[in-house]
Amino acid sequence: MTRPLRALTLLAALGILSAGLTGCAAPAETAPPASASADILEGSITVFAAASLTTTFTELADAFEAQHSGTTISLNFAGSSDLVTQITEGAPADVFASADTKNMTKLTDADLQKTDPVDFATNALEIAVPPGNPAGIADFADLATPGLKLVVCAPEVPCGSATVAIEKSAGITLSPVSEESSVTDVLGKITSGQADAGLVYVTDVTAAGDAVEGIEFAESAEAVNTYPIVALKDSTSPDVAQAFIEYVTGSAGQRVLAAAGFGAP
Amino acid sequence: MSPAAKQYSGVPAWVAALAVVGATFVLLPLAAMVLRVNWAEFIPLISSESSVAALLLSLRTSLAATVLCVIFGVPMALVLARTDFWGQKLLRSLVLLPLVLPPVVGGIALLYTFGRRGLLGQTFEVLGIDIAFTTTAVVLAQTFVALPFLVLSLEGALRTVGTRYEAIGATLGAGPSTVLRRITLPLVVPAVVSGAVLSFARALGEFGATLTFAGSLQGSTRTLPLEIYLQRETDPDTAVALSLVLVVVAIVIVSLAHRTGRPSLRRARELS
Repeated sequence: MTRPLRALTLLAALGILSAGLTGCAAPAETAPPASASADILEGSITVFAAASLTTTFTELADAFEAQHSGTTISLNFAGSSDLVTQITEGAPADVFASADTKNMTKLTDADLQKTDPVDFATNALEIAVPPGNPAGIADFADLATPGLKLVVCAPEVPCGSATVAIEKSAGITLSPVSEESSVTDVLGKITSGQADAGLVYVTDVTAAGDAVEGIEFAESAEAVNTYPIVALKDSTSPDVAQAFIEYVTGSAGQRVLAAAGFGAP
Repeated sequence: MSPAAKQYSGVPAWVAALAVVGATFVLLPLAAMVLRVNWAEFIPLISSESSVAALLLSLRTSLAATVLCVIFGVPMALVLARTDFWGQKLLRSLVLLPLVLPPVVGGIALLYTFGRRGLLGQTFEVLGIDIAFTTTAVVLAQTFVALPFLVLSLEGALRTVGTRYEAIGATLGAGPSTVLRRITLPLVVPAVVSGAVLSFARALGEFGATLTFAGSLQGSTRTLPLEIYLQRETDPDTAVALSLVLVVVAIVIVSLAHRTGRPSLRRARELS
């Protein structure tokens, strides 16, 4: 338990370190216009980010704040569709990072974006099993074994629609014992040993550490979720919002995301 | 309605004003929800296969949970109200714990008890009983959260009614079971009914413990609150329509409880 944790801390430290390095170089690259104010970022922003980004975005926000002492970033994590609902109902947000393009489209359909969304990460599904893999799962086809207690996400949520897409392309029909409304609930059923196997994101397996074992499968390439990020029209600190997005999509942000198991966009 | 209420109604204006603010706070969100209902599509939305399955499952499991609450809650209330033993106060607060416990915590506790790797999980597995992801798990979760409602309301009624009639019955030669059957229970029937109705309402609204402990599958574990939670992801119209259904069912239940609860109070007052 302690060793992977320490490794994670080390990775995080490296991420922050490299973030500092690239951050210094950034203003020179973008070649700011005549006004000097572009160099000194000031203001606070609120970032609405998908729940699966909790660890990485907390880390990135801390590093960003350390780099730009005049900025504050407040984070709000929830399911992407919850966040879109909150934003369209008028919640004050400056940046929105979604776990799928579908929810981002809901936001752009409401015309709340300042610029076009940018893809910054991808996430694929992986089989999660309790430690020791008691049911002996080896590949996706094994999930259709009769009597197996399989837990997946409901088709209504992004991880569930990805599951359905994989089922279709593989020609395998799964009969799960439960269709959960969030990937966290699927993971909970695995870590508690209630279920024999579940389909969650690669990043969830990474984050769960020793509590679950991950099994990669080739069919997962059929349904890869893309994470877009966007600055919102009503932002009170558009400069900070834009800088944070550039930070996430930049090399420092990408390194932190990759360490957590996210794929490149 | 009662003459006593007509005689004196001296509620100070500022108390009434605060009461209005409080009532608005409760009623406004409900009104806001009703305003969002897509009335044109209301019937198709609530009569879809998944909606009906969720509603029927909710009613079925809540009813089963209520029966369990009565079977075990009535004896619990009797023991708490009529006996005196060391540690009784502590026991009462522990038994009533699910009332204040966040339901998710209840779900986790149930998981560690009845789950496959839980305290009793092994025993159940040997007996060939599998609770995980079954309707039984839903009923267990609902009973866990609803039981204190019955115990609490019945214990209160038992204490208010007092033991005078029971004592007289006993001096006339009636055994404990006869006293219970002929005197105690008839006196508190209204409290049992209103307690059961409250338990039913609590079971119907159960969400957190079910989500944590039972899972979510149409027809077997996905109750109405879970269906609403899920539909909200993609189909807010359905979620709002189903929420309204749940609110209407709850209103019917609360008014039922109120009506049946009254006689017990009146009778208690007559007796004291």
